[in-house]
Amino acid sequence: MTPGSTPGAPGVVVVTGVSRYLGAHVAARLAADPRIERVIGVDAPEAGAEFSDLLDRVERIHVDAGSLGGVLADLDVDAVVHLALVSAPDPQLGGRSGMKDQNVIGTMQLLAACQRAPRLRKLVVRSSTAAYGVSFRDPAVFTEETEPREVPRGGFGRDILDVEGYVRGFRRRRPDVTATVLRFAPFIGSTADTTLTRYFAQPFVPTVFGRDPRLQFLHFDDALEVLHRSIVEDHPGTYNVAGPGVLSLSQAIRRAGRVAVPVLEPGLSGAAALARSMGFGRYGLDQVDLFVHGRVVDTTRLEQEYGFTPRSTAAAFDDFIRAHHGGVVVTRGQLAAAEQLVLDGIRQVRDAVRERSS
Amino acid sequence: MTGQGQDPQGIGRFDVPQGVPAPDAEPARRNGHRPAAQVAPTPTPADEVDTAATDEPTGTGGEPATDDPTGAGGEPATGGTRPAVSDRPGDQWDRRVANGLAFLRRRLSGDYEVDEFGFDPDLTDAVFHPLLRLLYRDWFRTEVTGVEHVPVDGPALVVGNHSGTVALDALILSAALHDKHPAHRYLRLLGADLVFRMPVVSEIARKTGGTVACNPDAERLLGGGELVGVFPEGFKGIGKLYADRYKLQRFGRGGFVSAALRTGTPIVPVAIVGGEEIYPMLADLKPLARLLKLPYFPVTPTFPWLGPLGMVPLPSKWLIEFCPPIPTAHLTDSADDPLVVFNLADQVRETIQQTLHTLLERRPDPFGP
Repeated sequence: MTPGSTPGAPGVVVVTGVSRYLGAHVAARLAADPRIERVIGVDAPEAGAEFSDLLDRVERIHVDAGSLGGVLADLDVDAVVHLALVSAPDPQLGGRSGMKDQNVIGTMQLLAACQRAPRLRKLVVRSSTAAYGVSFRDPAVFTEETEPREVPRGGFGRDILDVEGYVRGFRRRRPDVTATVLRFAPFIGSTADTTLTRYFAQPFVPTVFGRDPRLQFLHFDDALEVLHRSIVEDHPGTYNVAGPGVLSLSQAIRRAGRVAVPVLEPGLSGAAALARSMGFGRYGLDQVDLFVHGRVVDTTRLEQEYGFTPRSTAAAFDDFIRAHHGGVVVTRGQLAAAEQLVLDGIRQVRDAVRERSS
Repeated sequence: MTGQGQDPQGIGRFDVPQGVPAPDAEPARRNGHRPAAQVAPTPTPADEVDTAATDEPTGTGGEPATDDPTGAGGEPATGGTRPAVSDRPGDQWDRRVANGLAFLRRRLSGDYEVDEFGFDPDLTDAVFHPLLRLLYRDWFRTEVTGVEHVPVDGPALVVGNHSGTVALDALILSAALHDKHPAHRYLRLLGADLVFRMPVVSEIARKTGGTVACNPDAERLLGGGELVGVFPEGFKGIGKLYADRYKLQRFGRGGFVSAALRTGTPIVPVAIVGGEEIYPMLADLKPLARLLKLPYFPVTPTFPWLGPLGMVPLPSKWLIEFCPPIPTAHLTDSADDPLVVFNLADQVRETIQQTLHTLLERRPDPFGP
């Protein structure tokens, strides 16, 4: 610990993936916390300058993952926050193989560097509820102890399993380091821009025929709060982070005023594969599997350990709807008006019939 | 759906004394005499298809949502925009139309709650239970006894015999229990993973409160104070031949018992008579079943000969009896003791088998009144 800092809060924090939305916001929030002396944002050399207005108080280092080891040792790092994970292949960054490089190889090299950093005492790794895989025999609600029954088909799910495997190895080799793994539900919120928010922003939303998965969302601000607390406080272990409560996909689409377009499952998988190979659309098997099986996690452990309850899935989704009211096809007001209209019409007809008969 | 309460639903034709367990054969005759034409009512204006589907629930549909014991969802915030229905008191058609429209609007705007297992009480009350009500009350003339053995609150594990080629008995049991029980409790059924593999079917199962039969889900539901229904025979029970009717099959590994033991939940055995005759299975085409990846392929007197008509269940007479609960709270420590688990499973099995025999004596003619 750096002398003079608050017990628990680390002095020097390295954040990976600061050129992306989540990393930039986490780094900015850490830099604004007076308990933390230095925040260093680490990114790949080719990363762009997005979010630089957010990152004015963050020192930025562009370094490739291989030479990260020396950097971490030189900087006397106390804590590392690993957020540089990609959830969908980006054609501009090498597609699926580039994604795997960043997720799996990147994590491997970062953890190898962390292992050699003598002063390191805290590691926070972003994971995902995709770690539970998908299977028809899955229990309805996953607790942190639930083991995946089948290896997921989607690339991101497989990467997440690998990443968590490396963290398990790291914990064995560096038991002195407090390692926190946060399994996040899909992010949603007024400003976040993710695969899922783009999906729900369309006026016509494709779904899988005959499936109405149960979904959970996490408000982006709550994700920031949990990440921040993981760094300034000590919470070793693995935690599900999701908004309590459940929305079914059809319900979410209706609440957003969109129209669901059911597609047969083999067709959807094929279309997703085709769109990916042609370079547009970022829906992969991860999304198709999520929309067949749904995913609900238990957040009791998070609530007890952190003393913090994220806002509910429904509330987080409402916040998203308020910010994306552009593509609305049907509004609640219109439905209520139509209901009143039909009801009045029926009453008038019945009154007329009654008068004539009497 | 709190406004109209349970007031004048008795005006309806289906005047069933809810909460009063039918103690003898009387209700059967009363149900049986009803002409079939009355079964499916049509609303006054001919153009309302939607309300025709939902008109029956409007009497009972509303109030159970409030006594949903899950506490997971709570009452949907539907209060504000609900149209006033009190302008013409006593006009039940007006109320039904208004309720039907309000239901439709709630569905279209996503204004309802779903619990973490996917249970949708709003949809269950308004669509699934009314359909099942027609089936169990008018088609099968079901008599339910011993409903006082099902606790009014808190968890219980309801264990029944499985029969009938299609697992219709589970649905009938849950609908009948919901209607007859004084607290109108929902039975949360545990189904085989085959059910959850099939599109559409899986979602109906989840929306009516079902989930995959596995110990984590069973214990989670019981821990939340729910009423859970299991059929430990599984496919061995529903897929048995007509010649083996009312012979309980093996109870598997007794996973249901360990779930009850771990949560200290009482086990309520239930015997269901009538399910075996709805699709009497004369033969099982095993090669075809293997080809279709099904546990069995049934041949009944009507299926597959009559095509879709063969799907109509035969109108057998049903009797459902709930037996006194078997407490397990004192055995919580022996949840993984195979001896205790098997003994308890045997006790449940014997109780159901003997109750089946008693019920069969009360029903000499399977297709009687």
